[in-house]
Amino acid sequence: MPADLSLHAPKAQPGRLGAVLPPRIAYGLAAPAVLLLVATVIAPILVMIALSFTDYRFGEAGLRWTGLGNYLQLLDDRTFKRALWNTFAYVAMVAPASVLLGLFLAVLIDALDRGQRFYRLVFFLPVTATLVAMAMVWKYLLHGTIGPFNLMLQSLGLPSLDVFGDRDLALAGLAAINVWSLAGFNMVLFSAGLTGVPQDLYDAAAMDGMDSRLDRFLNVTLPLLGPTTLFAVVTSTITAFKVFDTVAVVTRGGPRGSTDVLLYTTYLEGFSYFRMGSAAAMTVVFLAIMMVFAWIQARVLDRKVHY
Amino acid sequence: MNTPYRFRPGQILAHVILLFLAFLFLFPFYVMIVTSVRSPQELFVPQFRWLPQQFTGLQYYIQALTEIPALTFLKNGVIVSGGILLVQLLTAIPCAYALAKFQFRGRDLLFALVLFSLTVPIQAPALPLFLGLNAIGAIDSYFAAMAPFFLSVFAIFLFRQTFRSYPDEIIQAARLDGMPEWAILWTVVVPGCLPSVAAFSVFSVTAHWNDLYWPMVVIRSTDLMTPPLGLSFFADSESGANYGALMATATILTAPLMLGFLLAQRHFVRGITMTGVK
Amino acid sequence: MTAAIELRNISKSFGETQTLRDVSLSIRPGEFISLVGPSGCGKSTLLRILAGLAPQSGGTVSIDGAGVDHLPPSGRDIAMVFQSYALYPHMTVGQNIATPLRMRQLSAAARLPLVGRLWPGQSVSRARIGQAVAQAARLVEIEAMLDRKPAALSGGQRQRVALARAIVRRPRVFLMDEPLSNLDARLRVTMRAEIAALHRRLGATFVYVTHDQVEAMTMSDRVAVMMDGEIVQCAAPTQLYDNPRDLRVARFIGTPEIATISSDELIAANQGFAPILPRDPAIAAFRPESVSLAPAPEHLQLPATLERVEQLGHEILVFLRLAGGARLTARAVAGQVPISPAGQRLDLWLPRRTPMLFDASGARMDKAPQHELAHAG
Repeated sequence: MPADLSLHAPKAQPGRLGAVLPPRIAYGLAAPAVLLLVATVIAPILVMIALSFTDYRFGEAGLRWTGLGNYLQLLDDRTFKRALWNTFAYVAMVAPASVLLGLFLAVLIDALDRGQRFYRLVFFLPVTATLVAMAMVWKYLLHGTIGPFNLMLQSLGLPSLDVFGDRDLALAGLAAINVWSLAGFNMVLFSAGLTGVPQDLYDAAAMDGMDSRLDRFLNVTLPLLGPTTLFAVVTSTITAFKVFDTVAVVTRGGPRGSTDVLLYTTYLEGFSYFRMGSAAAMTVVFLAIMMVFAWIQARVLDRKVHY
Repeated sequence: MNTPYRFRPGQILAHVILLFLAFLFLFPFYVMIVTSVRSPQELFVPQFRWLPQQFTGLQYYIQALTEIPALTFLKNGVIVSGGILLVQLLTAIPCAYALAKFQFRGRDLLFALVLFSLTVPIQAPALPLFLGLNAIGAIDSYFAAMAPFFLSVFAIFLFRQTFRSYPDEIIQAARLDGMPEWAILWTVVVPGCLPSVAAFSVFSVTAHWNDLYWPMVVIRSTDLMTPPLGLSFFADSESGANYGALMATATILTAPLMLGFLLAQRHFVRGITMTGVK
Repeated sequence: MTAAIELRNISKSFGETQTLRDVSLSIRPGEFISLVGPSGCGKSTLLRILAGLAPQSGGTVSIDGAGVDHLPPSGRDIAMVFQSYALYPHMTVGQNIATPLRMRQLSAAARLPLVGRLWPGQSVSRARIGQAVAQAARLVEIEAMLDRKPAALSGGQRQRVALARAIVRRPRVFLMDEPLSNLDARLRVTMRAEIAALHRRLGATFVYVTHDQVEAMTMSDRVAVMMDGEIVQCAAPTQLYDNPRDLRVARFIGTPEIATISSDELIAANQGFAPILPRDPAIAAFRPESVSLAPAPEHLQLPATLERVEQLGHEILVFLRLAGGARLTARAVAGQVPISPAGQRLDLWLPRRTPMLFDASGARMDKAPQHELAHAG
């Protein structure tokens, strides 16, 4: 770890540059970023928390302190509770599926003698694609009457499915889009993890009697991917938790609230109905959950160094 | 092979499975492109055809560029994500340099704030930012679309890591040569850390090119819409019936990043995955 | 609990490059044999072929007379210690040591992670394994660390765990691939003695790969010197030192390196060498011990200048240069030689008998070493 260049200035001579630097240089360098940090993150968050204790509505002149009123209201708010529930259900579908699919892809690709580059390219493509555009393609793909997915079902003699028109299927449909766009990301994480497993360990495993592929996979590969897996699970959870684009473009929370998710509901509350106070309370809840995830993530990153 | 005891499923089986999955992964892209060059009537027959019966050529692309202002969306995407990136680099790099190579009062506090802010998504400060921008009459402007992202704590974090491993001796040598500190930073240190700058640029541009949430909050006029917002606006206004034009627009607006990815795969993979967050 | 090993005409090529050419070697039961050579000579590849970790391109490996080429590593009744120790980082020390036994003695279902323990009918096996692990751990003195993870151990301790994992199933053959090269110099000396003691105690056959000739010389019954994919000579350490078959072996074994001088130069320096050297040009080689700095009976004097002196405490090395340019090194007891400044004349004496002689290709000329050859059997 490189030492600080400035060296603790002994209170003597200002000296030549290179030996002792006045701290104002450092302040000068950091100042623009600090100002922006305060203006775009710190202050707005404080204001947001303050707003959550008021009944402020955008466009109205005055506001009243309502204390915990907004939060108590959230406890009774069916839309909000449904959004929270939907969000967690969505995360429960997207995070495991995208992590497992990413692991599966990485392990299969790692085993190949040729074509690794090609497959990695293909599966990473959805990660870079503009999600809003691709969500529209998916909306057409899964369209209840003209979507190619339905045409395929029909040609197989199966009943057609209107995925985004069905209360029980819409959220799963959105989850499928997210799995598609996230699996390649996890694949790259796992690929890096796999190259980190030393060949020596597989040799030792062979000497120790792990003759079957399954033995080596379960006893060597999988445990050594443990830290990568935890990391992938947490990042996928955070990404899934912030779902917004596909809801806004494909379902708008429908049909009948079955795809209302936290961020979309908050967006509507704040920017469509302009009920800033209760939107702020929702945001506080959202931020609190994010903080929990971030805390877990930090713990996971610590553990990652462990082996 | 010389490593017979790595875990390896059969080659052929692996290829069969992967090719099938690759087909599923690519299918949406294929549908997007093929739909943009076929007549809409074909969509309403109860059979999926792989190739257009009636090839419409560039008709919908021309429509996308003339009737739908796809070019304007592209231009806005470039301005907004480019502007954000520029300011991010100009502000984050000096701050990261100070955090990495100087000791000053409040340094640890500043770094703690940076770490905290890493976990804060744009949606958290969105309401007050909107109110603030509204108060200064900046809603519906490029500035409003860019301002919340001018500071990237992730950039500070990343560049701090990079600068820390930059050799102190070179910086000290430059100081002994009498170079001012800003010149050392921009002409000595930053050129030595270009891979990090490239990776962050990819990360930042992809994130903001693809962002729908914030433009949706602050942009009202079609002239200023970024690609995702423009696309979703168009999809609504045409009630999604003109599939050809919709898919042509989607293709045009997705193309820049996809081409960038195909040309610089390594940078993209590094840039997008180095975070884990976002 | 020991076995003879027979390597016959082993060759190995990676694409164009041939890393092993026609290597044959017989290893006696219970022998400690070292494969030594510079990096890239093929010694590790040979060990991996013996282990079954890499297939050979040609030739056969047999253990106790039975061909093992068709057997996986686990079927060959051998254990291996790796340079990196290759400990499973997610397992405790005890679990690491138990792994070879778990794989052999527990059913596939009982080995499953997490749920395996719920499988019925494994308590007897588990108890047996526990005893064997404790015993192996005691042998290498790591009983106190069985519950720790490898990451919490020092290099020397990891080394011991790797040894215990090899010992635990009592194999007939131990293979060691540079096991000490990641340790610091002092620990290396200790572990050298411990591995030698372990060999005596277990009585199994040890095949030990190293690039360090001191390690090979001090521990082994026999040393096989490998160069460019071939075994140049395989003999007991003293034979290798006193009677190398090849100039490359002569140079590789012994510090400071053996000195070489052309027969012409030797005769030019002292005509007394003419009758005892062959007529054809040859390269004569002298170990530092045979170079004397004082007149002695039956020795020939050669004029030389002093180049430099290295003090090693208990002895000194004196580097000399003949008029013809050849360099010789003498080993002397400290204090017995007057140290003069570099560049001064300091004559040396060589024995009046035929020295080791090598031809231009490096092969030994004066006499074929009469003891065991690499291609025995």
